[in-house]
Amino acid sequence: MIPMKFDYYRPDTVSEAVKIYGQLDSEGKRPLYYGGGSEIISMARMNNLDMGAVIDLKGIPECRELKTDGDHLVIGSSVTLSDITEADLFPLLSKACGRIADHTMQCKITVGGNICGTIIYKEALLPLLLSDCTVLIAGAGHLKKVSVHRLFHQGLNLSPGEFIVQFLVEKKYAALPYFHIKKTKNEKIDYPLISLCAVLEEGSFKLALSGLCGFPFRSVRMETELNRRDVSPEERVRNAVNLMPGPVLNDVSGSDRYRLFVLKNTLMNLGKELEG
Amino acid sequence: MFQVIGKSVISLEVNEEKRDVTIEPSDTLLHTLREQLGLTGAKPGCENGDCGACTVLVDGWPIKSCLMLTAEAVGHRITTVEGLKNAPIQAAFVENWGFQCGYCTSGFLMVCHALSQIHPDAEEIVMEEWLQANICRCTSYEEIRNAVNVILHCSDSP
Repeated sequence: MIPMKFDYYRPDTVSEAVKIYGQLDSEGKRPLYYGGGSEIISMARMNNLDMGAVIDLKGIPECRELKTDGDHLVIGSSVTLSDITEADLFPLLSKACGRIADHTMQCKITVGGNICGTIIYKEALLPLLLSDCTVLIAGAGHLKKVSVHRLFHQGLNLSPGEFIVQFLVEKKYAALPYFHIKKTKNEKIDYPLISLCAVLEEGSFKLALSGLCGFPFRSVRMETELNRRDVSPEERVRNAVNLMPGPVLNDVSGSDRYRLFVLKNTLMNLGKELEG
Repeated sequence: MFQVIGKSVISLEVNEEKRDVTIEPSDTLLHTLREQLGLTGAKPGCENGDCGACTVLVDGWPIKSCLMLTAEAVGHRITTVEGLKNAPIQAAFVENWGFQCGYCTSGFLMVCHALSQIHPDAEEIVMEEWLQANICRCTSYEEIRNAVNVILHCSDSP
């Protein structure tokens, strides 16, 4: 039971969504774009949100697209995690999405919602960071394409009224050898102690991580250290771990020292897994 | 654009019947099914998406109805446990003692039924992934697993 009142809108087009957002915002309704809605409903139930309207993006055909188009995969922001795992067009993304929450929740959570919500882990973002994908963003009077690294760098860069329409991934990235591992404190279904996605491209590792800092990240500096061939694997891993882009999480799920310990061991295994 | 502003009457398709309901836009599907339509098979448990007792099918896929707005369900096919009507999984649960107190049973039935329809040849690991979405406090997990195994890999499963 949600103890607050709000109105519900399900636009049919991108322009309708942007327009109704602007209108509701100007009326002081504090609208929120709505994907799968699981986080919004959970927070509203606890009275932790204050919105006067939700704008459900699932009625917009472009946001529901999941297909190959020439050299690209098109992944609409309202595609559910289970749609992604069932279609399996991007195996690493399928793996990452298949470990977020539980299966029934994956039928509701959308890829856009996972990335734009307030939960810090955003594990669906990791394969997208590794693919250097392009993101189609709609806002008042514009539809623009930006790099995923511009959309997200230690935080989400969306202006008020903007929403993600699609992710455009070059197909070649979906075919790269990959490694995915998610480690949790106890249960299989939980937030990550560490969630790691990696690919091997032209003999070099690319690496994206969640659960270590207060944001998911891909670190080129860490990748550079891991890809050095002039030092031992142990030294590469030690050097890479010293380049964390922010404070390491230290909470009830795992201390900072434990998370780094797990990371070091995981990175040692990464080389063996991807290089054979 | 479909919109629900304030208290409104909307139409839902529930168990292959059109049903008109009066809702607030903030009403959850679980609340509407139980309070407006008297379909009490979907159970309120955690109401936080963790326990799975409220699971229904939306267009054939399992969804936790505590985390879906009723307004979202407009235009989609909703199936509750009342709509299963002697599906093979129901008999399999009875024959394999797949429950004790029964509170979680309807949610489990919906997930198992959806699995048998979407992946009738599901391997053990897929079955585990799907069923991990539901919690049984009486720990009837082994019996539930046996019931699901009866209906999977069964070519005459409807």
